[in-house]
Amino acid sequence: MSLKLKALLKSPWVFHLSTGSCNNCDIETLDCLTPRFDIERFGMLLVGSIKHADVLLVTGSCNRMSVERMKALWEQVPKPCLVVAIGTCAGSRGIFKDSYNCPVPLDQIIPVDVYIPGCPPKPEAIIAGAVKLIEKVGSTL
Amino acid sequence: MMGRTIIPIGPYHPLQEEPEFFTLTVEGETVVDIDVRIGYNHRGIEKLSELKTFENSTFVIERICGICSTSHPFAYTRAVEDVFPMEVPIRAKYIRTIIAEGERIHSHLLWLGLAGHFIGYNTVYMWAWKLREEILDVLEILSGNRNNYAMFKPGGVRRDIKAGDIPVCLKKIDSILPTLDMLKKAVLDDPVLHARLKGVGVMTYQEAIDFSALGPTSRASGVARDVRKDSPYGAYQEMEWDMIVTQNGDVFDKAVVRILEMFESAKIMKYCLNNLPDGEIDANIMDVPPGEGIGHIEAPRGETFHYVKSDGTNRPVRHKVRAPTFMNLPTYKATVQGETISDATIILAAIDPCYCCTERIAVKDPRGRLLYNGKDLVQLSREKTEKMKRRMGVR
Repeated sequence: MSLKLKALLKSPWVFHLSTGSCNNCDIETLDCLTPRFDIERFGMLLVGSIKHADVLLVTGSCNRMSVERMKALWEQVPKPCLVVAIGTCAGSRGIFKDSYNCPVPLDQIIPVDVYIPGCPPKPEAIIAGAVKLIEKVGSTL
Repeated sequence: MMGRTIIPIGPYHPLQEEPEFFTLTVEGETVVDIDVRIGYNHRGIEKLSELKTFENSTFVIERICGICSTSHPFAYTRAVEDVFPMEVPIRAKYIRTIIAEGERIHSHLLWLGLAGHFIGYNTVYMWAWKLREEILDVLEILSGNRNNYAMFKPGGVRRDIKAGDIPVCLKKIDSILPTLDMLKKAVLDDPVLHARLKGVGVMTYQEAIDFSALGPTSRASGVARDVRKDSPYGAYQEMEWDMIVTQNGDVFDKAVVRILEMFESAKIMKYCLNNLPDGEIDANIMDVPPGEGIGHIEAPRGETFHYVKSDGTNRPVRHKVRAPTFMNLPTYKATVQGETISDATIILAAIDPCYCCTERIAVKDPRGRLLYNGKDLVQLSREKTEKMKRRMGVR
């Protein structure tokens, strides 16, 4: 497992999963890939299929309809896979905690490695979160 | 008769950043039917809004959608003000207009980038999003955040614009105009884009009327309707600006409308920043009387409509939201049917759909397995562009 993790940290490919977010975190995640921030130069690539993913970027407040699909995706993803909760919604449901359609926070459904708070977190914060993820996992190897 | 195949797309696919589920029924290459299933973004915002006070509701309303985070509070505050009815201080109106137009520019640039991405013009994607950063900087200077601005409150705005910030913002807006102009020429004069997008996904004038299409989607079909002109609010009646209307109704025209609208928005923003009147920014409303109110404004995607009912307490009894995509989604029936699969991607994207805005209807229980065909669709779309380029001898 640790060899796999070590290889994964060199160039983490990310899959982006929106579980009922307001679009902001998703756009800021995409923003990280565009010229001003451009995290692709560090080997982080947004992939279109969960089967290629090393890191799962989860945004949104996990509503009832998408939770089922998220669980299905979590079963499909090749392990080891790291999970990053982007935004306050994914971290703690934020302003939607009283909603009838957002029953539990993300970390009660799948294990989360790094939380990036903010509504929405700035691209700088997302990049800092990615660095922390790599440091955290790297230190355990 | 040729056999029919159903292509499921979604809900998680790289076509759009939001989850939604399309089923395309195809006969060979031709799309004969389309069905859209949404609900993956439903968060029960109308109910949440009724649990909060009038003033606190704006924060929930803002999070209906990240891209329309001005349009929804704008319409909501207008609905609350309509309950009285009351007038907002003129300076607040100008500030609201500035933020709303900034949002329109960044939303259209975002769309332009994604549209370029879908047809294999990643340069357009990167250029558009790079330009978008500048306008986000302006909004960050004015409001303190890149996306959720928290500028609106019933009766006025929350933050004033400092006199020292105005020249910086004007300079930033001026600095993006030449690049925007270049981008406009690059997109509108490109022979490949003409061949690729003209005559694709046509919505006629009559269809736009029948489907009650809104915003740039309908203006591209020759329907000259814009809430900013027809029922002026904010500071829109104070200055000269043009409503962009084109006649063909295809994807190319929808792009043209959006690109040209950005220049108008920049003009409005500059006028408002230059002529910002002095005075109060907040009417300091106290109690909302019992009654009903309606607020509608022109969001980047079309008319956003809010209805608020008050019973004299500090919370709305009923709050109803109608987002523009709700009206624009059914136009797929008119535009996608009869087109090829490789064109479906760009046609689906052409109305600039926004599902987080739309999803306040009841959640349905869907069936069906997850298949990741969205990626293949984008690939198909790009291959068609490449093929056209080869045929035309463009590299």
